[in-house]
Amino acid sequence: MPQTIAFYDRVDHALHDSSLQTALHRATTRFIGNRAGAIGALSDADRLRDQARAIRAHALAHLDELLPQLAANVEARGGHVCWASDGEEARRYIIELARARGVRSIVKSKSMASEEIHLNEALEEAGFEVVETDLGEYIIQLAGETPSHIIAPAIHKTREQVSELFQQHLGMPPTTEVPPMIRTARQALRQRFLQADMGISGVNFGVADSGAIVIVENEGNARLSTTVPRIHVAIMGIERIVARLADLGVMLQVLARSATGQKLSVYTSLISGPARPGEEDGPEEFHLVLLDNGRSRILGGHYAESLLCIRCGACLNACPVYQAIGGHAYGGVYSGPIGAILTPLLQPDLPDAYLLPQASSLCGACQEVCPVRIAIPDMLLRHRADAVKAGKFNPVEKAAITGYTLTMTHPAIYNAGGKAGRFFSRILARKGRFRRLPPPLHLWTKQRDFPALPPKSFREMWAERKKQRRSSS
Amino acid sequence: MTTGHRRAVLFATCIVDQLYPTVGLAAAELLEQQGVTVEVPPDLLCCGQMAFNAGFRDDAYAVAGRTLEVLRGKGDVVMPSGSCAAMIRHLYHELFAHTPFAGMAAELAHRTYELSEYLVDVLGVTDVGARFNGRITYHDACHGLRFLGLGAQARALLGRVQGAEVVPLPGCDQCCGFGGLFAVKQHTISTAMLDRKIEAIASTEADLVVTGDVSCMTQIAGGLSRRNIPTRARHLAEVLANMADAR
Repeated sequence: MPQTIAFYDRVDHALHDSSLQTALHRATTRFIGNRAGAIGALSDADRLRDQARAIRAHALAHLDELLPQLAANVEARGGHVCWASDGEEARRYIIELARARGVRSIVKSKSMASEEIHLNEALEEAGFEVVETDLGEYIIQLAGETPSHIIAPAIHKTREQVSELFQQHLGMPPTTEVPPMIRTARQALRQRFLQADMGISGVNFGVADSGAIVIVENEGNARLSTTVPRIHVAIMGIERIVARLADLGVMLQVLARSATGQKLSVYTSLISGPARPGEEDGPEEFHLVLLDNGRSRILGGHYAESLLCIRCGACLNACPVYQAIGGHAYGGVYSGPIGAILTPLLQPDLPDAYLLPQASSLCGACQEVCPVRIAIPDMLLRHRADAVKAGKFNPVEKAAITGYTLTMTHPAIYNAGGKAGRFFSRILARKGRFRRLPPPLHLWTKQRDFPALPPKSFREMWAERKKQRRSSS
Repeated sequence: MTTGHRRAVLFATCIVDQLYPTVGLAAAELLEQQGVTVEVPPDLLCCGQMAFNAGFRDDAYAVAGRTLEVLRGKGDVVMPSGSCAAMIRHLYHELFAHTPFAGMAAELAHRTYELSEYLVDVLGVTDVGARFNGRITYHDACHGLRFLGLGAQARALLGRVQGAEVVPLPGCDQCCGFGGLFAVKQHTISTAMLDRKIEAIASTEADLVVTGDVSCMTQIAGGLSRRNIPTRARHLAEVLANMADAR
């Protein structure tokens, strides 16, 4: 099959983008340090992570009971529930609702689920004005880009680039100081909150036994988006559920500490339905969109564990590949290690999605920081096996593996191959190393030397040593 | 120190066999010093990780299945590689699941050890009489670190090397970028990761950067040599067996 190069192009572009490299290095270093401090400060971090995993595993195992329970509780409190099997159904529900209620202007707080279904484009196409209110999301909306990190969507931007955007779009006087930049964004956004007819949010956790949705944030924009406009629509992936309100004690701790290194996020909102009669604050209507979009299919297969994910982003920060190429290079909605698992599953039509699980050295740093201990490397390996089964591999690699297998299952071939290798090495290597090797190994020697082969293999030397010992004893 | 009744198979791994025979000899020497009778089965070649990691599980099954067969009934298996030991301990389970060899794979996993782990945790030795006059820094190879929980063993062993000044490596648990075929298939990412590793190593001004996997060692040595940095990359076994200068 033809080698898809779009992914490699994006990787090369990222590796040569010095602003991106600066931004990524600054941000991931800070995130890693903050997380390590916050997790390290816990005396029982391992136990807490085990509990978090157990809570999530329990929820996934009982989705068939918990989702109807959540829906029934939301409806009992006057909310509406949309069961959306895919993005199309979710988009249609939201657009029809907005039309029916005469909505013109919409504010959004951060939601990866809405990114997943490309909601903004659909809403704009339908004639609505949509404004992202999370600062990072707002920045990339101005730039016409997509999030490159689950919790820090504009992580790829330097402060200098943000300043340019604000000068261009918001008429901000030139500055790279953070406070005036934030003031500028706040002033622009405050208008939007007050004008908006509808607020759209994501959901960090849906709580089945209370019918509440939980949103954590640090800016307060989600709280405004969900209370000021007369309609609140929350979009939740069906797996983002916990059984009991009491589960939040564990989940909120591991989420905040893993994501930003905070003990708790600045704002934790529990929202259960619209404003009740007599209440002054809150929307008139509350709608919860339960988005499947491929998740129930994942649940039944050998990637089910990936649905434990609580979208903290810790695996992205810890991943040396993400650190090197950033989120956009992955080409899917979700990036980093968890994105390399989810993108081939959620966006199977992306032609180079199968390459993402190969863009990993399998170092395991992701699994080490995952608050729910998802075995990410194991799942990347399964993806690689599934790609091979589906015929998605490079023919050169296939040939190399066939040769490898033949060699490693036949000692005679192995020995002859070793001898041949050492023969060529004697002729071609200089000063104990190769500075250049023939294709495809030239990819190794582009920036690395390769050692010359020794005169004898270990097994040959061992056999000689044994013979000597026998004759000398 | 244990008595001389212990026997172990030294599974040198294919890379050590073909590229770094001194690592195999050093490992054998270390085991023999501790009274272990070392066996090197002539037909023991490879754990199958390369095919497994590339997604070619049928190929991995063929290679690993043969290795299971060769190691059947052999007692302790010691490997100078955290990565290959992790393949047997951690991934054979998945490779042989639902096959007639699942039981054999589980049994082999229980008696397979990485070298530093075997020396420290099984044989209970940290001072192996090694000597090195110079500065040493240690890189944690990922699979040993994260899938076998190693790191303390190597540091304990290095801490007893006479004459050596052991200095910490900044970002010692950051991947060097090797990752098997990843190093070639995604060579630009691999070498970007290597650049950071080399920078950290250079900052220590160490004479030796020591690690427990020859695959990482090949990546790191290749980077050091291309950039003309005088620090040499050595396997832990070579240092411990006083063979750091043997190649």
